[in-house]
Amino acid sequence: MLTAKLLADRRGLIFLAILAAAAILVPALNLLTPEGSALHVPTYAMSLMGKYLTYAILALALDLVWGYCGILSLGHGAFFALGGYAMGMYLMRQIGPRGVYGNPVLPDFMVFLNWKELPWYWYGFDWFPFAALMVVAVPGLIAFIFGWFAFRSRVTGVYLSIITQALTYALLLAFFRNDMGFGGNNGLTDFKDILGFNIQSDATRAGLFALTALTLAAAYLIARSVVMSKAGKVLLAVRDAESRVRFLGYRADNYKLFVFTLSAMMAGIAGALYVPQIGIINPSEFAPGNSIEVVIWTAVGGRGTLVGPAIGAILVNFAKTTFTTGALAPYWLFALGGLFVLVTLFLPKGIVGTASDYLARRRAAGAKPEPVAAPTPDPAE
Amino acid sequence: MAHAVFLILSRILAVLVVAFALAHPAAAQTLDTAALAKGFASRSFDDVEKAVTQLAASGSPRAEPILRALNDRLLVIAADGALLIDKAGAYENAFTGEAVTPTAKPTPIRVNNKIRTTLAAAMGALTLMSPDRQKRLEAAEAVFKSRDASARPLLDKAIAAETDARVKARLIEARAAGVLLDQTATEAERVEAVATIRARGDQDAKGLLSSLPAEVPPAVKAAADRAITAIEAELALWNVAQNGYYGLSLGSVLLLAAIGLAITFGVMGIINMAHGEMVMIGAYVTFVVQETIRTSFPGLFDYSLLIALPLAFLVAAIVGMAIERSVIRFLYGRPLETLLATWGISLILQQAVRTLFGPTNREVGAPSFMSGAFDLGGLVITYNRLWIIVFTLVVFFALLMLLRFTALGLQMRAVTQNRRMAAAMGIRTNRIDMLTFGLGSGIAGLAGVALSQIDNVSPNLGQGYIIDSFMVVVFGGVGNLWGTLVGAFTIGIANKFLEPYAGAVLGKILLLVFIILFIQKRPRGLFALKGRAVEA
Repeated sequence: MLTAKLLADRRGLIFLAILAAAAILVPALNLLTPEGSALHVPTYAMSLMGKYLTYAILALALDLVWGYCGILSLGHGAFFALGGYAMGMYLMRQIGPRGVYGNPVLPDFMVFLNWKELPWYWYGFDWFPFAALMVVAVPGLIAFIFGWFAFRSRVTGVYLSIITQALTYALLLAFFRNDMGFGGNNGLTDFKDILGFNIQSDATRAGLFALTALTLAAAYLIARSVVMSKAGKVLLAVRDAESRVRFLGYRADNYKLFVFTLSAMMAGIAGALYVPQIGIINPSEFAPGNSIEVVIWTAVGGRGTLVGPAIGAILVNFAKTTFTTGALAPYWLFALGGLFVLVTLFLPKGIVGTASDYLARRRAAGAKPEPVAAPTPDPAE
Repeated sequence: MAHAVFLILSRILAVLVVAFALAHPAAAQTLDTAALAKGFASRSFDDVEKAVTQLAASGSPRAEPILRALNDRLLVIAADGALLIDKAGAYENAFTGEAVTPTAKPTPIRVNNKIRTTLAAAMGALTLMSPDRQKRLEAAEAVFKSRDASARPLLDKAIAAETDARVKARLIEARAAGVLLDQTATEAERVEAVATIRARGDQDAKGLLSSLPAEVPPAVKAAADRAITAIEAELALWNVAQNGYYGLSLGSVLLLAAIGLAITFGVMGIINMAHGEMVMIGAYVTFVVQETIRTSFPGLFDYSLLIALPLAFLVAAIVGMAIERSVIRFLYGRPLETLLATWGISLILQQAVRTLFGPTNREVGAPSFMSGAFDLGGLVITYNRLWIIVFTLVVFFALLMLLRFTALGLQMRAVTQNRRMAAAMGIRTNRIDMLTFGLGSGIAGLAGVALSQIDNVSPNLGQGYIIDSFMVVVFGGVGNLWGTLVGAFTIGIANKFLEPYAGAVLGKILLLVFIILFIQKRPRGLFALKGRAVEA
């Protein structure tokens, strides 16, 4: 029954179809067409699109907590970066003796800091399955512990937003320290290969792109199945009237904790896909500003629509790349800032929410008095 | 051979000339200038060194400039053997100070390292007599650190002549340092010296006492050990006090940055992420005011901050009210949306300032009353930090008064407590919203004036304060100014006491973690509002 419900959603089907097409077409156009051909997709463009897709996963994860549960996390960038660091640690260990200092065990920055042995928390990261587990486990665990305390003591609304921001800020400061053993200021970079494939080669990049597109599709399906389930209804109820949910006998904290942890894990996976395609992870990914940007992607696309945030992430980042690489670079922050203000003032439901409202209205006005599709969430907090 | 004879003859002549020249200045009468000039002119470094020592011991007022010139390689010998000081191309007689025009280019006197060492000691001792108090103080410190027993006669003379109590104390300590290490001094003298140094009680005194040579008699050694223990205890105490002062200073900075937020967030419930940018605007107003004063009215420089204060308040308040009218008023009751919109505004303001003033740091100077420092016991207190503490408290209490005793404050409180009832009583709530937001922003502008003195004035200035300010307000308890005060000083002082143990960054992280945990325990802060307002 759930499957039927999942597939009944036309918007989602189109989204999944586009993703599947992208997962096949973009790598194919990159690998099979000759360079210079009109259809050729250059590798850098593919990596760029791959980056947008990882951001789309991140925005989707945020939508799950913000759009459906009313938890505005200003720390999702931290979960993204933690996943990225877990992947980065794996990639660092894969360099082996090919580093500048040629140390078979220690990454270059540790040799540089004159460390003698690998810190204990780096153990196991040379083994991919362990690293892959950590990609979800570390953000998940931190989100669980953080959420456990925060939700149980009923820290809600802006207070929660502010302490999630403090969380990512504390992590930012922590990862800047050389003593932490995560490369300090420079972060982790100079990766050579992943699972034995050269990380620079077109084929690996193509594979990563396809994997990212499929992961986004999977993340969408998971998120969709959560919000369509009975638990999803409780989440919506928590968003709209938490106290009433509690009075009805539901343990609102547990629902919130579940969705927050799940969302953090998704963000971690997004980060893990981001790092091999970009080739570096450094503490600036923890910057509070980054996390707030994720919120605006979600808001632009339309919170509470799942598809919307993914589209918002891609659109805003495409605009960012276009702006910041051209003569318009100095105006990017004006544009981004303006976007924040205008979207909150005039487009509270985002692109997708507004569009589907419009369509629903037209359909209703068109012929028969058909019941309007599932109401989009109230933008009010 | 003939050359050498000529040289000797010329020197004899020079000596005669110098002797004539010195016939009248009273101070020079005690100087054997002929012998000195001969010594300086000698090719042997030993002779030069001897001359330096003699000159230093003479106590002549000319000794200091001559030695200084020698040190700077500006002491020269004219072709006629006269000792001259090179004053940027013009020459004057070293002993009389009369202007001289040498016929040929004079040769500078060479010095080696040994002479340099002797020179340094001699000059240190000589400046003990300098008429400049600051120089005497530095010289006494230098002698204390050199622990030079041979300077004692000079020190005795200086102590007798000294009128300034502080310099005198330093001189006595310097003398004691010499006595302590002087093997010829009696045991009683040396124990007394230990007591003198103990009374000084700082890190240097401790260093001197703990590095006594093995030859000291046991009684002196024992006295020194006791003194070290006492000094250590005292230093630890001062250290705590100093940390406390740093903490107060940091706390006042936090408070200053957070007071405005306590109004906009605490009283109105608006999450104003552009608050930091109001601080930045205040700092840039200060910069513009100073630039104008520098170019047009340089005499007013010391008043630049006072002039900047009202302007910064006005500019930030106007910008704040414009934001409130154009954006925030449409978002009342939707705090998360307000957060996003104001974040967007903060990006725009940052970029606007970057476009106007450039991305680099701007220099804001300190007026004379804010530069420098003074010692209070073992504390070093810088004037700029002290003024900021004072300023912060003034702003805080002024705001408290405003809220409590003015009509505007009364209306603000009324609107916060019960908006509809206030409106029914005829208060124009929209106007009050605007003014309250303007007030909070204006206070942030005031903070910018103060922070321009201790932080880099750059477009990113505000970003550094926004998270800290929110922490302070949330920790102290929203809607309570006293909570903000206590929160700011608690965080500031805790931060400074954590720093020595955990390092600056880790200390800050620990504090953030602590606040995160604290909010779990008391979600509404230290001083929570009670009653219906909580649920609003």
